[in-house]
Amino acid sequence: MIEIKDLHKSYKMGSNSLHVLKGINFTAEDGELVAIMGSSGSGKSTLLNILGMLDEADSGEYTLDNVPIKNLSETKAAQYRNKFLGFIFQSFNLINYKSAMENVALPLYYQKVGRKERQEKALNYLERVGLKEWATHLPNELSGGQKQRVAIARAMAAEPKVLLADEPTGALDSKTSYEVMDLIQKINDEGNTILVVTHEEDIAHMCKRIVHLRDGVIVEDKKVKQVRAAEYVQ
Amino acid sequence: MRILFDRNTWQEIFGSISKNKIRTVITIIGVLWGIFVYIGMSGAAKGLDNGFERQFETVAMNSLFAWAQSTSKPYDGFKTGRQLRLELSDVQVLQNRIPEIQFIAPRNAKGVFGGDPALIVRGQKSSNFAVYGDFPVFTKIATKKIYDNGRFINKDDIEQARKVCVIGERTRKELFEEDEEPIGGYIRIDNIYFQVVGVHKYVPGGGFETDGDIYIPFSTYKKLYNTGEYIDWLTIAAYDDADVVQVEEDVKSVLKSIHRVDPTDERAFGSFNLGEIFNRIMGFSKGLTFLSLVIGIATILAGVIGIGNILLISVKERTKELGVRRALGATPKEVRSQIILESVFLTFIAGVMGIILGALTLSAVNNLTKDIDFPYTNPTVPIPYVLGAMVLMIVLGTLIGLIPAQRAVSIRPIDALREE
Repeated sequence: MIEIKDLHKSYKMGSNSLHVLKGINFTAEDGELVAIMGSSGSGKSTLLNILGMLDEADSGEYTLDNVPIKNLSETKAAQYRNKFLGFIFQSFNLINYKSAMENVALPLYYQKVGRKERQEKALNYLERVGLKEWATHLPNELSGGQKQRVAIARAMAAEPKVLLADEPTGALDSKTSYEVMDLIQKINDEGNTILVVTHEEDIAHMCKRIVHLRDGVIVEDKKVKQVRAAEYVQ
Repeated sequence: MRILFDRNTWQEIFGSISKNKIRTVITIIGVLWGIFVYIGMSGAAKGLDNGFERQFETVAMNSLFAWAQSTSKPYDGFKTGRQLRLELSDVQVLQNRIPEIQFIAPRNAKGVFGGDPALIVRGQKSSNFAVYGDFPVFTKIATKKIYDNGRFINKDDIEQARKVCVIGERTRKELFEEDEEPIGGYIRIDNIYFQVVGVHKYVPGGGFETDGDIYIPFSTYKKLYNTGEYIDWLTIAAYDDADVVQVEEDVKSVLKSIHRVDPTDERAFGSFNLGEIFNRIMGFSKGLTFLSLVIGIATILAGVIGIGNILLISVKERTKELGVRRALGATPKEVRSQIILESVFLTFIAGVMGIILGALTLSAVNNLTKDIDFPYTNPTVPIPYVLGAMVLMIVLGTLIGLIPAQRAVSIRPIDALREE
């Protein structure tokens, strides 16, 4: 599903440049649930941004679902993001003047899906994250966990190939973190490929595979026995 | 172009602007005020224009008045300061010597430029009104609307020096009962009985005339007040293609030669040229129209720039939202057209509201000034002006929307998302 070869990325900070990714080689199969771990500054967010086509690598190859991702125009990148990827952010990034349902429907709007169908699908996904009754509420009327579940529903609504989650539990307490991870595991069980960036050990162990980044290189890549989040959720 | 007619686009835009109410309202006020000022001012200018025109509609535009004063220079053996008086015979001479004159009506009046108004009595009721001695030709120069059943002074009245009169609305009100027919009734003017033959309708603003004026035949006036061949002033209408100013000069020089006055004596005869005054006032109101156009457009411009400004701020404020939208698959074009359409839509709504508000205000002012003597009638703004302002606003709204729209897409989605 995802294949990257010898990925390099550096940021220019005034006169000196910061080499963030120093040759990353990584593949993720269909249906995998991968945790990308690393301390602050290890390059994990940069990697995710490149995977998410929000940023572009300086060199190296990136293939997503057999489509080479290279030299994309902003328009093309936007279309690919819409078609291939679902984003889950640490700070949820819901649009605060839109109701939960409208937020979930937004990627469908950019897919030119009609209003009726959009709302139907959005409601369907909200139901799947258990927030159907909250459909008409604005984000500021929801708790952190609920917001993240709306964000997950939004990421799923476009039926992407890959879900990219950037510290999805970073702004949540551990109980809600486990609820969110439970949801992510269930979505993965249905066969979706998910990449989770995290620095929390317990969250990482709820994935099926952990990739450790340090100073821009992968230092460890191992399969782990998945801890079901449901065990922690009453 | 397709995006313009997509219902979804408009739902998205409507959602975005209806959910940021304060921003929307503030944005709208700028342009609303602009178009309101524009509509209000050009309507008011047009109203004044119409008002002035109505003031003059009863009098021929190419008419002039001439009267005698006293000489300021000695001439031909006469000393200075000689009091001059126009005479009936002057009329024929003027008509013969100046071919541009179409109509000429000599008039006498009591109680207008000095002298006491006549005492008008009917039964137990009495009042004081100005009395004019007139020829039928006067109505060719200044239109007199006469109520049904009545008439103005005619040729026979003059020839036979009939004791008939045309009274004003107020005279009728003061001397006759509400349901009484004034035509055929008798009134006493300075103790002489006159039969009423007509009631004239008063049109406000027509110079020194009032709604109480009484017109009697010139010949009768002559006998009643013993004015002999003297006349108080001349009312002259030139042909439409004549230069009224030149006719005015000609009339004065002919009068000077008749009355043996120094041709360079500027004070011997007074005159008043309606055409010139009219042109001056119309020039003034044209200037006012132009001024209102300039101010209105400048205000609209300021309003639209205000919209651009607020959108610019709102783009800054919405950086994150726009970043999210782009992460979710909004293309730069979609983001750009959303911002521009928001701008155009706001401008349009504000414009329509401003036009409606302006129109309401104009009609309210029109109603308030209806019954008072103020030159303000039927204030309107021509449709092309309104449409022009609308088009201008939409064009400006698009142009000004381009700036925040460009700003919105120039921020990379990753930077937008990082922003806290």
